[in-house]
Amino acid sequence: MGAPRASPLHAARAGATIAYGLSLVAVALAGTHPLVLGTLAVAIALAALRCGVGREVARAARLALVLAALIALVNALVVREGLTVVLRLGGAGPLGEVDVTAEALVSGLLLGGRVVVVVLAFALLAAVVDADALLRLARRASFRSALTAVLALRIVPVLARDARRMDEACRCRSDAAATGTARGRLAVVRALAAGALDRAVDVAATLELRGYAARRPAPRERGEPWSRHDLSVAGAAAGLAALALWVALGDAAAMRSYPRLEIAGGAAPAVLCAAIALVALAPLAARRGIAR
Amino acid sequence: MSALRLERFSYTYPGAETPALRDVSLVVEPGEFVVLAGLSASGKSTLIRAGCGLVPHFHGGTASGRVTCVGLDTREHGPGDLARACGTLLQDPETQVVMGTVRAEIAFPLENAGLRAAAVARGVEEAALALGVADLLDRSTRELSGGELQRVALAAALAARPALVLLDEPTSQLDPVAGDELIWLLRRLNEEWGTAVVLAEHRLERCLAHADRAIVLEDGALVCDGPPRAMLEWAADRAPALQTPAARLFAHAGLRPAPAGVKEARATLRAHGLLDGAAGPDGAGSAGDPEAGDAGAPRATGAWRRLTGRGDRIPTALRARGLWHELTAGRAILRGVDLRLRPGERVALMGRNGAGKSTLLRHLAGLQEPTRGRVESAGRVALLLQHPGDYLLHERVADEASSAALAAVGLTGLDERHPRDLSGGQRQRLALAVVLGDGDERPAALLLDEPTRGMDRAAKGDLARRLRAIGAQGTAVLVATHDAEFAAALAERVVLLADGRPIADAPAREVLAGGWHFATETARILGGRPAARPALVAEEGGDLLRARMTVEATP
Repeated sequence: MGAPRASPLHAARAGATIAYGLSLVAVALAGTHPLVLGTLAVAIALAALRCGVGREVARAARLALVLAALIALVNALVVREGLTVVLRLGGAGPLGEVDVTAEALVSGLLLGGRVVVVVLAFALLAAVVDADALLRLARRASFRSALTAVLALRIVPVLARDARRMDEACRCRSDAAATGTARGRLAVVRALAAGALDRAVDVAATLELRGYAARRPAPRERGEPWSRHDLSVAGAAAGLAALALWVALGDAAAMRSYPRLEIAGGAAPAVLCAAIALVALAPLAARRGIAR
Repeated sequence: MSALRLERFSYTYPGAETPALRDVSLVVEPGEFVVLAGLSASGKSTLIRAGCGLVPHFHGGTASGRVTCVGLDTREHGPGDLARACGTLLQDPETQVVMGTVRAEIAFPLENAGLRAAAVARGVEEAALALGVADLLDRSTRELSGGELQRVALAAALAARPALVLLDEPTSQLDPVAGDELIWLLRRLNEEWGTAVVLAEHRLERCLAHADRAIVLEDGALVCDGPPRAMLEWAADRAPALQTPAARLFAHAGLRPAPAGVKEARATLRAHGLLDGAAGPDGAGSAGDPEAGDAGAPRATGAWRRLTGRGDRIPTALRARGLWHELTAGRAILRGVDLRLRPGERVALMGRNGAGKSTLLRHLAGLQEPTRGRVESAGRVALLLQHPGDYLLHERVADEASSAALAAVGLTGLDERHPRDLSGGQRQRLALAVVLGDGDERPAALLLDEPTRGMDRAAKGDLARRLRAIGAQGTAVLVATHDAEFAAALAERVVLLADGRPIADAPAREVLAGGWHFATETARILGGRPAARPALVAEEGGDLLRARMTVEATP
């Protein structure tokens, strides 16, 4: 959950920010042109830095890169299409003859790149969207499910703190060595789970005391007025959605992996990428507003 | 219509053999400030939970009699319905807050009540301003301190402007400053909004002066109900553990009536000519007296002593030499701390939150590596951290520690009990047995971090006795505490820490008699008149007052 109102994405209403993130994902899913994927990754990274959540997104990127490498490797070993053989591995048991083709290798890398972009977009969303605002947004559809999700998010750092404390306590025991054994570790896990249940019961009692069980539906009323950040982020989301359609239906980012690699070139992909970068970063360049 | 009414109410928790509340009848009128007193497991928390409907709706169990909260019968209305009439605050700030930001937390009960957005926004603003949390509104609840969390939880409980607020030891997890602030806040709410307050609390000296009435529970039954002074008079005969230090001081001096607070005690003593608003409490300088110069300040080790090594001939159980704890970002938590504990010495480590007490204990126990300096010890260093429950991993008491260790802390006969079923004091003792281990490998030093949080006075007294016994066997005892009364009862020496370094290191009598915040209640009451030997605890204060009375009476 992000720090409140630290950037235009934080300040915009949750609906607009979620639409913005999902539009980025839509562009990535619409095509696998390397220029488009690269542009998206750079745009998301710049957005994360501008919003002060670079560290959170970088953490997700590390995991995504490992996943991408795995996808590329598996794709290269498993896919039998492509005409340009770059490596002959010979017989590999149940896999039969394994020939690694340049097309399968590039296709795997681009699939991995797509996964990286999707993970980065969701990491950005998780870092900038206020979970409480999300809960408010989902209130009418499924309040209880949304609240459960929010509470799960809230209890995670509490349990992490409990685990750290218990780890320290274990190191302070006179029989500290015993807790290092498999049986000892099991006892720690069991105690932590019991503690988590206690915590959950306490939180449930608090929910009761705040009137959650006897919840009354709020009357329908006009929503809040749209701020300039709401408008610019929602506008960017709409623009990205339009670009995603262009990628999916047009030829600007056309790409074919098999039997031979064919990637659209010329000015069209460059124009498309410039448009994606411009639209994605435009709301973050907002400099209007009153200094004090 | 009364704010809270219990009529012959009895309640037994599911699976329990004895009732937690027995035939309790009481009425709290609108606008009253009531303190609920009693030892641990006397039924205070159950009564609070019965008032807000958690008992029996949330906990189950068997109930008889009737509880009415602002006219709503809890047999027909659950906690959700009662939430609009009655705000409730429980002990643990961590689990009292369910949302991500302070604004969302305060808005949550109002949204649950189905209010319009404008009404919710107004309720949030009003509650935040009244509770002094307006500057926290856009902060994440994860970033808040315990005191801030508890204030935010109180704001959420009061956002719907209930006629009654029920509080179950809300200060037990807070440091004294945050605890005092919370009590003052309750008094302001009571006076300005007319909110009836029912406050269950162990530290009566903190809240009795603000109360209109005090109720005492014993084994689930109501045994005393009256004004604070009357309750203290009753406690003098029937429940000495519930007496405040001021009341015990007066009882030992043979003075009546028992005062409800420091101000009242000083007024009575002044009226008797036993107190005159003169200078410091004693002739000798004290750490808290700004005029006292460097008395009590830690003495620098002389160069000659370092060269000759004469200082090192002193037997040492545990020693920190020039200990630094510097964060990567640059801030230093400990700044060159030198501290030596002799075998069997009992030392209290005091200081405000963030002064570095817990960090110092972690370094001394080897849980952390200092950036500079070193720790030397004559043997194993045992550390009991703030939450004793963290030490308890097994399902039987007997599996946690040896029978010798259990016997040493007075837990014989509880072998088959589940550690989570023990009382707070028993759990503390079990954790103590876990860190102390068997008798044949007794630690050179025992360190305890805030061991008296949430304890009643009887349990504190018991802990002090056990720690004195451990000290008598040669183990040095170092206790980080905010509790000046406990420090006075236990420690021979007090080290005052501020901004990561000791600013006073002197005998307890010197440090705890002269301070303002770091002083016992007895010292604060008697602090107006010089004495050769300042009194720290009620018994000493009583003797001092009797001596003064004898002098006054002599022609």
